[in-house]
Amino acid sequence: MLNATLKQLSLDLARKRISSVELTQLHLDRIARFDPALNAFITVDRERSLAQAQIADKRIAAGTMQPLTGIPVAHKDIFCAKGWLTTCGSKMLANFVSPYDAHVVERLNAAGAVILGKTNMDEFAMGSSTETSFWGPVKNPWDRARVPGGSSGGSAVAVAARLAPVAIGTDTGGSIRQPAALSGICGIKPTYGVVSRYGMIAFASSLDQGGPMAKCAEDLALMLNVMAGFDARDSTSLARPAEDYTQALEAPLQGLRIGVPKEYFSAGLGADVAVAVEAALAQFEKLGAKRVSISLPNTGLSVPAYYVIAPAEASSNLSRFDGVRYGYRAPEYTDLLDMYRKSRAQGFGAEVKRRILIGTYVLSHGYYDAYYLKAQKIRRLIARDFTEAYQQCDLIMGPTSPSVAFEVGAKASDPVQMYLNDIYTVAANLAGLPAMSIPCGFGEGGMPVGLQVVGNYFSEAQMLNAAHQYQRATDWHRRRPAGVD
Amino acid sequence: MSLSLQEVKRVAWLARIEITDVEAQAVQGHLNGIFQLIGQMLSVETEGVAPMAHAQDLVQRLREDEVTEADQRALLQSIAPQVEGGLYLVPQVME
Repeated sequence: MLNATLKQLSLDLARKRISSVELTQLHLDRIARFDPALNAFITVDRERSLAQAQIADKRIAAGTMQPLTGIPVAHKDIFCAKGWLTTCGSKMLANFVSPYDAHVVERLNAAGAVILGKTNMDEFAMGSSTETSFWGPVKNPWDRARVPGGSSGGSAVAVAARLAPVAIGTDTGGSIRQPAALSGICGIKPTYGVVSRYGMIAFASSLDQGGPMAKCAEDLALMLNVMAGFDARDSTSLARPAEDYTQALEAPLQGLRIGVPKEYFSAGLGADVAVAVEAALAQFEKLGAKRVSISLPNTGLSVPAYYVIAPAEASSNLSRFDGVRYGYRAPEYTDLLDMYRKSRAQGFGAEVKRRILIGTYVLSHGYYDAYYLKAQKIRRLIARDFTEAYQQCDLIMGPTSPSVAFEVGAKASDPVQMYLNDIYTVAANLAGLPAMSIPCGFGEGGMPVGLQVVGNYFSEAQMLNAAHQYQRATDWHRRRPAGVD
Repeated sequence: MSLSLQEVKRVAWLARIEITDVEAQAVQGHLNGIFQLIGQMLSVETEGVAPMAHAQDLVQRLREDEVTEADQRALLQSIAPQVEGGLYLVPQVME
């Protein structure tokens, strides 16, 4: 049951081998048992989840079920869900009970999925280790002395430790892919605009994109079928015909051209990660794919440009947290300005404040052209690198992260070291391209390694096809950590 | 480039975040490390490159000028720190 795919679970539900209430109960029990040591969840609400499961069971009995009906889904605590505490990992929103649903939440609810709980995350999704949460760090189930990656670390661990059959996360610079890689699961960030950002608490609006995190590519496809879709309330949501992401899963990979960027295999990449990724590429060749050497010459500029653009947008987005309409307000203050300054000083953690300060600086008078405009030009160069590369290949593959999961605290005091961890992931956000991570082996300390697949715009179905074929030939995605049985 | 302690405090003021001298010193070190990283992009030739503000070159969508939201004032104010008579309360700003 714990290793079952969504398709298998859905079949079990349809054939009444298990009810949604039983399936939800099973996972709630696992959370109660294992999560005190992992800290993957911020909020669990048994009654609320079980009530949703009961409704799903009625729907199944009535014969009107859809593929996700009755399936418990763990939601990153960045998605607003009506009546649920939605904290975004911050003291600023520690008491925020959302009065509305995010578009993604609406769609999952409408499909009959069950909200299993809200998962832990880096505060306001700013981090690569899930250590900056107001609710404490999340532990990697493969080795509890290590981080699970971030910022969607809680969702990654919920799936990795089989506390949830599937989860949702968000990715601004790698926050779905990097924790998926470091925790040994799969995750996909769709093309920018495919999944609505409405009700997803904003970090950097031109980069943020929601997506599923799951045990296998087929599960990702089923989730994306529900999560993707036009929403007028997000001005950057794309109006496209609905797509069935499962349709191409079984296509053979004969002739698929896989671009391998030389810049992703240079200094800084761990030898253990390189070995696992090389083996995965060889496996794809065995499946009929062709390997093409490509170059993404501006790769090295992606982290510097990202750490101008993302903080700039964050400083603007987070200006709404002022202690007036919702969220934290300082207990004592002298006047309005003092109330703002104290509420924000006390409500935000160190990393969030750091990014607000960077963003405020690069947008301030006299520095806008030198930093923000410059970064936007570099962003164009990075996007062009990909456009040129896709003339020679269909998909790009390489490592998701330069190393396996590092120890809790190892990079917490050095933001630059933490940021450099995003070297392979931020470019896809800057360019707006779809990108995913799938397990492809183990490295140092027996920790999982992720293979990153970057597709051209709207090529999610092709990426999922490649991942699914790889997963039919290998079993890395079926491995799970010890100690959670 | 590096930020002086004065600049750190000015930025914190602009960002409406209270900062003590001790905090400002710690933040100064971190910010200067980050700006050293960011500095790698400053010398890149970008003459004639159009800035890319967004992942997709989109045109702003327009909609009919119609009321789309229902009145939810009571619900939305139920989570506010301080409300009175349907208004958000903040410290007095005018004499």
